[in-house]
Amino acid sequence: MNTASPVRRPWLISRLFGAPGAVAGAIVIVVILGLAVLAPYLAPYDWNANSQCRRLAPMSVEHWFGCDLFGRDIFSRVIYGARFSLAMGLSTVAISLVFGALLGIVIAYAGGRIDRIGARVIDAMLCFPSIILAILIVAVLGVGLLNAALAVGISGIPRFARITRAATLSLAARDFVEAARSVGAGHRRIVLRHLLPNLAPILIVIATLDLGGAVLFTATLSFLGLGAQPPTPEWGAMLNAGREYVRYAPWTMIFPGLALFLTVMAVNLVGDRLSLILDPRQRDRS
Amino acid sequence: MRAILGRLIGVIPTLLITWTFVFGAMRLVPGDPVLLMLQGTPISDEAMDAARAKLGVDRPIIVQYVSFLANAARGDFGDSFRSRQPVTRLIAAEFPFTLQLALGGFAVGLLLGATLGVVAGVWPNGWIDTLCMTTALAGLSLPSFWIGMLLIQVFATWLGWVPVLGTGFDALILPSISLGLFLAGGLARLTRNAIIEVMGQDYIRTARAKGLPAWRVVGKHALRNAVIPPLTLLGMQFALLIGGAVVTETVFARPGIGRLLVLAVLEKDFPVVQGVVVLTTAAYVLINVAIDIAYGIIDPRVQG
Repeated sequence: MNTASPVRRPWLISRLFGAPGAVAGAIVIVVILGLAVLAPYLAPYDWNANSQCRRLAPMSVEHWFGCDLFGRDIFSRVIYGARFSLAMGLSTVAISLVFGALLGIVIAYAGGRIDRIGARVIDAMLCFPSIILAILIVAVLGVGLLNAALAVGISGIPRFARITRAATLSLAARDFVEAARSVGAGHRRIVLRHLLPNLAPILIVIATLDLGGAVLFTATLSFLGLGAQPPTPEWGAMLNAGREYVRYAPWTMIFPGLALFLTVMAVNLVGDRLSLILDPRQRDRS
Repeated sequence: MRAILGRLIGVIPTLLITWTFVFGAMRLVPGDPVLLMLQGTPISDEAMDAARAKLGVDRPIIVQYVSFLANAARGDFGDSFRSRQPVTRLIAAEFPFTLQLALGGFAVGLLLGATLGVVAGVWPNGWIDTLCMTTALAGLSLPSFWIGMLLIQVFATWLGWVPVLGTGFDALILPSISLGLFLAGGLARLTRNAIIEVMGQDYIRTARAKGLPAWRVVGKHALRNAVIPPLTLLGMQFALLIGGAVVTETVFARPGIGRLLVLAVLEKDFPVVQGVVVLTTAAYVLINVAIDIAYGIIDPRVQG
């Protein structure tokens, strides 16, 4: 039943990179991943060592991005920040995806009253503006990077659950599910072998489209002081820390923000292209 | 009329579920609520008991739940731990500032987003489309706190065109742009798709066949019909506006509901957190119902 034959894969990759935007995005993502992995080798200074240079020293040959209030090298801190952005984005989306998809499949497959009540609860949860829901969860769990990531992940669950439920409902009514059931396939087998593989494309699309937002969202919580705490070199937290003296030293804010923007933009460019290729409704258009 | 009443009654279970979630979340906060309320000041045992009775936390959980729902429905969320003022009064005092910002941001977002979307939708799949949509994607990818800080740096600190702080009209310009950019990306994409959809319709072909100039076809026939789908998504924009307001108010150190919420979380001022969350969610639900109803009146096809 495995339809992902080896022939299909090169087709997907070549189409994915058929657009210059997606290529640029992929390159930036690879660079960010490289920075994250090789940070100890690439960073010229210790990210947490004070007094590497004069406080709030501007950009120079020794310190490309200048220095922050504690005399820390901003370039090194931005490089280490790459470790948080994509990792946080991926883990939050993974939380939303796994729990949301699970919830959606279970209630749709169970059907009847469970489905009606479940759908109602999901719709109600979607009435929380997602940043408000995330802030509420941080308020309960306490401030911190992991809690912020958890909050962003949880606040995405209803969205994934709703999409998965709708997709499962339409799949479960199809002939191949009925056929599987009539030859005696159990619930587990139907869900794992017949529903899940067919849900995968749409889930991948939604997850990729969400990834950029998730990176941005987690950084936003850090900027608000609800996520990563000083001295963590997380980009959002760096912008928050620089707020007081930004007018005297704009470089403390420009570079972490630029890094964040480029990362999110890159992820969105690739996600957009991927959704264009994988989304059956859009497939004919491009 | 009956349909409208039905919609309004349909709101009740939704609000009940969201408020139950908020109530449950607040019970999960670790620590004694009285100690949280006192925020570190020492207290005698008798005063402790009195405070406990006043907060109502000595009662069974089910009684607390029912009284929470009853109070929430009346808009009563108790007193702030910090300022000792009724939460509702605090929110009411901040609300006008958030409303100003939301309107300003929405105006900027609509203007920018609709322009990009219409231009891209009228000439789809060419370089103009790519340019507009890449710009829209950039708008979606811009950290709004970063763009806010950049705007302050350039237009307030360097050029001195507008004040950095304040609540006057000129202090509203930069926050509105910052919030508007945040909205424009999504709106541009919606508008583009709506325009493309409409441009393929028969009446557009008819208008063209009549020999109408292109600007009239787009301006009079396409735009009017394309405006409905993005406007129905106005309700969703509200969620983005609230999210954007939280960030924008923090960046520009403006008073407002978002700032109130963030400070309340940092100061563990739970009645304020609870009040803001319950009220924004209720506002979101009601706005969406109102739009639903309005849509049914404007476009008779939606009935039923």
